[in-house]
Amino acid sequence: MFGFGILTGLLVLPLVGAAFVLLQKGDEAGSRNARWAAFWTTIATFVLSLVALARFDSAKPGFQLVERMPWLGEQIVYQLGVDGISMPFVILTTFLMPFCIAASFHSIRERAREYYALFLLLETSMIGVFAGLDLVLFYVFFEMGLIPMFLIIGIWGGARRIYASFKFFLYTLVGSVLMLLAIMAMYWTAETTDIIKLLAFKFPSGMQYWLWLAFFASFAVKMPMWPVHTWLPDAHVEAPTAGSVILAGILLKMGGYGFIRFSLPMFPEASLYFANLVFALSVVAIIYTSLVAMMQEDIKKLIAYSSVAHMGFVTMGLFTLNAQGVQGAVFQMVSHGLVSGALFLCVGIVYDRMHTRQIAAYGGLVNRMPLYGVVFLLFTMANVGLPGTSGFVGEFLTLLGAYKANTWIAFLATTGVIFSACYALWLFARVVYGKLEKHELESIPDLDRRELALLLPLALLVIYFGVQPNTILSMSQASVDAMLGLVKAGLGGKLAVLN
Amino acid sequence: MAQAIVFLPLLGFIIAGIASLLAHKAASQKEVLAFGNADHSTHAGAAHGHADHGHDDHHAPEASPHSEGISRFAEVVTTGFLGIACALSWVVFAQVALGSGAPMRILVADWIHVGAFEADWALRVDTLTAVMLVVVTSVSCLVHLYSIGYMHEDPARPRFMAYLSLFTFAMLMLVTSDNLVQMFFGWEGVGLASYLLIGFWFKKKSANDAAMKAFIVNRVGDFGFALGIFLVFWLFGAVNFDPVFAGVAGHQKTIVSFLGYQVPALELAACLLFMGAMGKSAQFLLHTWLPDAMEGPTPVSALIHAATMVTAGVFMVARLSPIFEAAPFAQSVVLIIGAITAFFAATVGLVQNDIKRVIAYSTCSQLGYMFVALGAGVYQAGIYHLFTHAFFKALLFLGAGSVIHAMHHEQDIRKMGGLMKKIPFTATMMLIGTIALTGFPFTAGFYSKDAIIEAAYVAHTPGHVFAFAATVLAAFMTSFYSWRLWFMTFAGKTRADHHTYDHAHESPLVMLVPLGLLAAGAILAGFPLVHAFLSDANGPFWKNALFTGAANHTLHDMHDHAKLPAWVPWTPFVMMVAGFVLAWLFYIKWPSIPGQIAERHPALYRFLLNKWYFDELYDAIFVRPARALGHFLWKKGDGWLIDGFGPDGISAAVLRITGRVVKLQTGYVYHYAFAMLLGVAGFVTWYLFAGGAH
Repeated sequence: MFGFGILTGLLVLPLVGAAFVLLQKGDEAGSRNARWAAFWTTIATFVLSLVALARFDSAKPGFQLVERMPWLGEQIVYQLGVDGISMPFVILTTFLMPFCIAASFHSIRERAREYYALFLLLETSMIGVFAGLDLVLFYVFFEMGLIPMFLIIGIWGGARRIYASFKFFLYTLVGSVLMLLAIMAMYWTAETTDIIKLLAFKFPSGMQYWLWLAFFASFAVKMPMWPVHTWLPDAHVEAPTAGSVILAGILLKMGGYGFIRFSLPMFPEASLYFANLVFALSVVAIIYTSLVAMMQEDIKKLIAYSSVAHMGFVTMGLFTLNAQGVQGAVFQMVSHGLVSGALFLCVGIVYDRMHTRQIAAYGGLVNRMPLYGVVFLLFTMANVGLPGTSGFVGEFLTLLGAYKANTWIAFLATTGVIFSACYALWLFARVVYGKLEKHELESIPDLDRRELALLLPLALLVIYFGVQPNTILSMSQASVDAMLGLVKAGLGGKLAVLN
Repeated sequence: MAQAIVFLPLLGFIIAGIASLLAHKAASQKEVLAFGNADHSTHAGAAHGHADHGHDDHHAPEASPHSEGISRFAEVVTTGFLGIACALSWVVFAQVALGSGAPMRILVADWIHVGAFEADWALRVDTLTAVMLVVVTSVSCLVHLYSIGYMHEDPARPRFMAYLSLFTFAMLMLVTSDNLVQMFFGWEGVGLASYLLIGFWFKKKSANDAAMKAFIVNRVGDFGFALGIFLVFWLFGAVNFDPVFAGVAGHQKTIVSFLGYQVPALELAACLLFMGAMGKSAQFLLHTWLPDAMEGPTPVSALIHAATMVTAGVFMVARLSPIFEAAPFAQSVVLIIGAITAFFAATVGLVQNDIKRVIAYSTCSQLGYMFVALGAGVYQAGIYHLFTHAFFKALLFLGAGSVIHAMHHEQDIRKMGGLMKKIPFTATMMLIGTIALTGFPFTAGFYSKDAIIEAAYVAHTPGHVFAFAATVLAAFMTSFYSWRLWFMTFAGKTRADHHTYDHAHESPLVMLVPLGLLAAGAILAGFPLVHAFLSDANGPFWKNALFTGAANHTLHDMHDHAKLPAWVPWTPFVMMVAGFVLAWLFYIKWPSIPGQIAERHPALYRFLLNKWYFDELYDAIFVRPARALGHFLWKKGDGWLIDGFGPDGISAAVLRITGRVVKLQTGYVYHYAFAMLLGVAGFVTWYLFAGGAH
């Protein structure tokens, strides 16, 4: 347990970059330096995370690359580590960041230094959430992420950015406060906030329910689950493109990650008890938000609602408590991070040209932008879960798991495959297909090199993970099995309920 | 070899796809050079105006020589690859089906492994697959070739060829799948290709709508398919065919709980999977997308919506014959749905006036025949009809395309007639297709259709008498509408305007050669192969690629004169002659009669013309309510209820309270902070009390 290791490096590197970015001058040259510095920082962080990945042995179920230092006394420690569940998210974070920075090159002109510094701060906090192995540390990072996001929406957002950013802040903070109380209660009971120790600690049954609910309040908002989802469409619509990418790509995954890391293994009895509640909310999310998505008039709002529906598959899969459901949920989160991130980039591309996100303002884009049409179609198909794209695997596995848990839930949730086709194809028909009749669109240019460079890697990965999902599934397998083992052990006599 | 058959079309798709993007770039650069940016708007407007008219329009702005070369390259590559795949397929057919080659299973790569769940990319080649390989690659190859002529005015033809190859790849993955999940991949893959090809002329709203409808209605079927896969996995612990089939015997009596009901597991699995087949094969209730799919270019209709994709459902049921044989109720469902479809689609086909829609309803009806055979337990006859139908129906569609080509994109048969003199080759080919479809002796359709009608008669599946009656009546209607189509198009005096008629011309050789080859197939697929196809499932041809249960003697009973009275084999022939005579009377002898009948029974006529009002019905019970509900949930659910009583309501309330209590120099921050504090305080209090109770 000597000193700091590679994970600390992942936390510190973006902070160093942020400091450097802030040191630049405020003039034109300074902004240019700032964005390139930010870009190369995120690239370096990504490379470092790949080094971590290379040192990671996915066959082992436990935490690896663990670093431990005393922090606030002996019980609250600075402890980092990754297992097969958190590793994909760490990589996803470091992978998506350079895209966010590069996507902002042209659209962000005002206060560029602060913007990029905030993004780097955000990166640290997100990596911290996934790598933190102490409850207090986790909480600090979890909350730390709120502030840069709040500012990114509030300063660089659209017309109703103030409303959206406060709505975002209010929702997530209310949830977080409850989680803080739960963390305090856990500390009083277990006398440690070390996650590794907490995973081995058995909380009394009665207490599990309250703790579960408190965590649930926070994670449900983050997911977001119905009915606490209404902050998301507003936040997405007002956020700048890169903000949306991070929001959909990473921030939404914190809730799902929290469920796997805390709710399921630490409060197994409560998880089983509340599973039907989660199922019900998930199914409502899938059907309700799909229908709502269908009627949206704003492209970003439509994709935001579709995100809520896709996260419904995640929560459903997690609480099936079987390998297919949980691994499917992990996969679905990673896949959704790529697909929805790419879709928001696609929206950003036409927004940069036309400065509107109204569906009615578009139509027939493919006539002028065939390349854009191809890419947008690919991500649309991934969004509706076409086999061969990454979107299929997660949806399929979570539904497969759900069928075992409850046929009604699987039956209702599977209708989601019909609804997603409705809203996604209708969007595509209205925006990309059709005649190009709008006068303003007649000279709209196709993707330029930078945009292609942004979308192509995502497109290739979406197909790659659709054809070779085992790359991710084999990474999470051992850890998910171990986690489910903890759940079963925790359930003891109630084991019969599960298989 | 199997790998080459499957992946060559994929390679062709990728190459042609890239070529398509390059061609567009070359064309648009030329455009910029020629017109400059300022001039662009008028040019674009003119191009759109051009694209406006009628069906099957080829909007053809001048293409640069550069993009012309790219297009030719794409055509040659895709067609060439398909030619190779086709030749290899016939080799495989000769080895595996006709010869004594053993069935193959080739592992290509791993795919999804989670716990006990394992689905891999693999190619399974047995006789059933070999038959499908031959059908798919042969028709696809000919359609590729034909498209070079048919689409020659369309500047986007590299994209068209790319889509055709993509479709072929997905279809080949479907028929070579070794597990249900890869089948689902191919299943949805062909759905994607179908979506792209129906919407190929994406400027037309009707084409877009039809494409979307096809995808979404198919997804309704896929909903059942997916649930079926889930059930199969949890029942058998596998999705690979061999372990599943091996497990069927042990689950004959298994009861599972589904939506709170206790149902026989195998029956449920078969019914759910069949729902997928109903969507893909456009069976009654899920048929509405197929006629609309005729918005796509005609070669697409021939390949996808006649010969191959729509038969995927038939293939699926045949592939899963071990499950269906153990599920008598599901077999009955297959039989009855098939019979209804055969009858229903034929009635609608009687009155359609669009040349492609007549053939589309005919396809729908013939697919119904195939399901009748499957439901009767004679999988051989179902697959045999699939095989023969592929040739003569592709022939009819490509012939129709040749007519449309000759008539400058006219598709209404009321505006045709007398074309025999103008395009004799096409007319002759269509004649061959028509006699094969109606089951004229010694054509392919004669053997396969009669076998189905006989199978329906001798089968033991409940509902077989109904199926027999429905297929016999449908045979009469098939003959009537087929001859009606032929007479109205080629015989008598023309009803076309002079200009169109005078300029009607025979299609180029590149389109006529495929017609000739398919016509040969429509004859040769009959007698030379009938005994091989209609043989025992465990015999030398099928080699257990199909499965028939120990109690299933239907195939043998068809040759047993005690079980099959002598009049039964004559009924389809009588029906065919009757249909021909009636069509001749109506459309050659006394052409005023049909109009009079329509006038005298307006309700019936409109009922048929409007396809039993299914589109209107579905619009009223699914589409509009779903939209209204979506709008309601958005505005009232999210807006009024959740936001109104959630964040907005709280902040408004806080605003009121703070407004009354203190005159703050207000910004929103304070309100929210105050609300949060209140919440926290409230929760802490509550928690302390609750926590104290422990």
